[in-house]
Amino acid sequence: MSTVDVLFYLLSAFAIVSATMVLISKNPIHSVLWLILVFFAISGHYILLNAQFLAIVNIIVYAGAIMVLFLFVIMLMNIKKDAEPQKQLLVKLTGVVAAGSLLTLLIAVVKQTTQIQDKQVLLKEGSIGLIHPLGQALFTDYVIPFEISSVLFLSAMVGAVIIGKK
Amino acid sequence: MTILAFDWGLVIEKLILIAVVVFGSLGIALYTTFGERKVAAILQDRPGPNRAGPFGLLQPLADGIKLIMKEEIIPTAANKWLFILGPALAMTASLMTCAVIPWGSDIELFGRKIALQIADINIGILYVFAVVSMGVYGIMIGGWASNNKFSLMSSLRAASQAISYELAMGLALIALLMTTGSLSLKTIVEQQIQGNWWNIVYQPLGFLLFFIAALAECNRTPFDLPEAENELNFGYHQEYSSMKLGFYLFAEYINMIMSSAIMASMYFGGYDLPFFDESTVAPNIAAMIGVGTLLIKIVLFVFLFMWIRWTIPRFRYDQLMNLGWKTMIPLALFNLLITGALILANL
Repeated sequence: MSTVDVLFYLLSAFAIVSATMVLISKNPIHSVLWLILVFFAISGHYILLNAQFLAIVNIIVYAGAIMVLFLFVIMLMNIKKDAEPQKQLLVKLTGVVAAGSLLTLLIAVVKQTTQIQDKQVLLKEGSIGLIHPLGQALFTDYVIPFEISSVLFLSAMVGAVIIGKK
Repeated sequence: MTILAFDWGLVIEKLILIAVVVFGSLGIALYTTFGERKVAAILQDRPGPNRAGPFGLLQPLADGIKLIMKEEIIPTAANKWLFILGPALAMTASLMTCAVIPWGSDIELFGRKIALQIADINIGILYVFAVVSMGVYGIMIGGWASNNKFSLMSSLRAASQAISYELAMGLALIALLMTTGSLSLKTIVEQQIQGNWWNIVYQPLGFLLFFIAALAECNRTPFDLPEAENELNFGYHQEYSSMKLGFYLFAEYINMIMSSAIMASMYFGGYDLPFFDESTVAPNIAAMIGVGTLLIKIVLFVFLFMWIRWTIPRFRYDQLMNLGWKTMIPLALFNLLITGALILANL
């Protein structure tokens, strides 16, 4: 095993454990904190793929800004343990069956997809994730989708301002 | 074992560098607390700490011992793990920034060329942003875990302030990055050494905005609302005692040093000593001169931070938000526009 493989398995284990903890933590604040760790693990994967820009933007935007807002909201809500509604056993069972079927389906699909069999992602090489090639690609080949998404952001901002003024 | 196919020399070299930088910044932070008290004393026309050692120079050590010896109190209603995690995170986040700061030009030791920078990554300045946005968690978690209304209020203030001023900071920075064309701090410093002028000449408004935002990000007066003692008792670290409190207070000083280092590197030439040709002396000596120059620039910035703290009173919370959103962000956008126009006109 090379260093990259070791790091890959470590990060994956880290991501899965943290994601599980998000689900099984009783305290919503703990869940948010575990979710932040998941984002860090995913950013680690991006770095393994040599996509440094994506990795750091993932941390700045998701772990740094959106999760702060999550924490904000949860901290301001007064959550008490005993006031939390308990779901019925039947509802829980339905959830387990539905989610389990989805998992099986996804695994089956991934297993049978021929396009990704015997193929490996570019680890540690390739420069498309670096900031220069990424900028070049965004402003030459993908300039229209890029500009359209910026218009989308602008409209979201205008919407936020209007809601905030009410 | 192929797992261990590293260049071990590089690993050892980096570990030593990390140790030196981290303990160096801790040491400087220790004396910054002393400096703060002395500066306050001078500005208020009083002697300041002068009992421990000559000129009171042993005062920081006495303070440190006092903090460690105090009783460690974790409130019964507090969330124990998060209560401990808070100060640890604040400290870690403020120390992590030092990884991308170029402390000097390369030195040669034992036939190896050693860069005086822990990691020259091509997203350097974005890394700083990521770490800064992590720093908020230390305050938020600590304030919430204390289970105290004042602490919570203060940590929410801190978080909203940090998020608001990060925007202005980022916009001010984009204008600078448009002129440099690189995110690596090392490249930015080298461009300033080779070019005629430091970036402050090209980006005066950008620097001013960045500096104000840095004051707000470090929770320094006039933006130290999270610690507004006359409204919130003591702020987010009210329930903390002993070295956990010490970590919070210390993290603030380390943040100050790191943001000074970043401002010096981005706008004031980093380790560049003006009117001096580094190629006339041996590379090792040139590197040492560079490190000294950067340290002097950092000390000057830290002094400026302190000067402002003991001169300007605190803002009100609505004034803070108005300044951030209605003055600084439009000014930063204006700066961006002007910079873009000048680049287009090839000036």
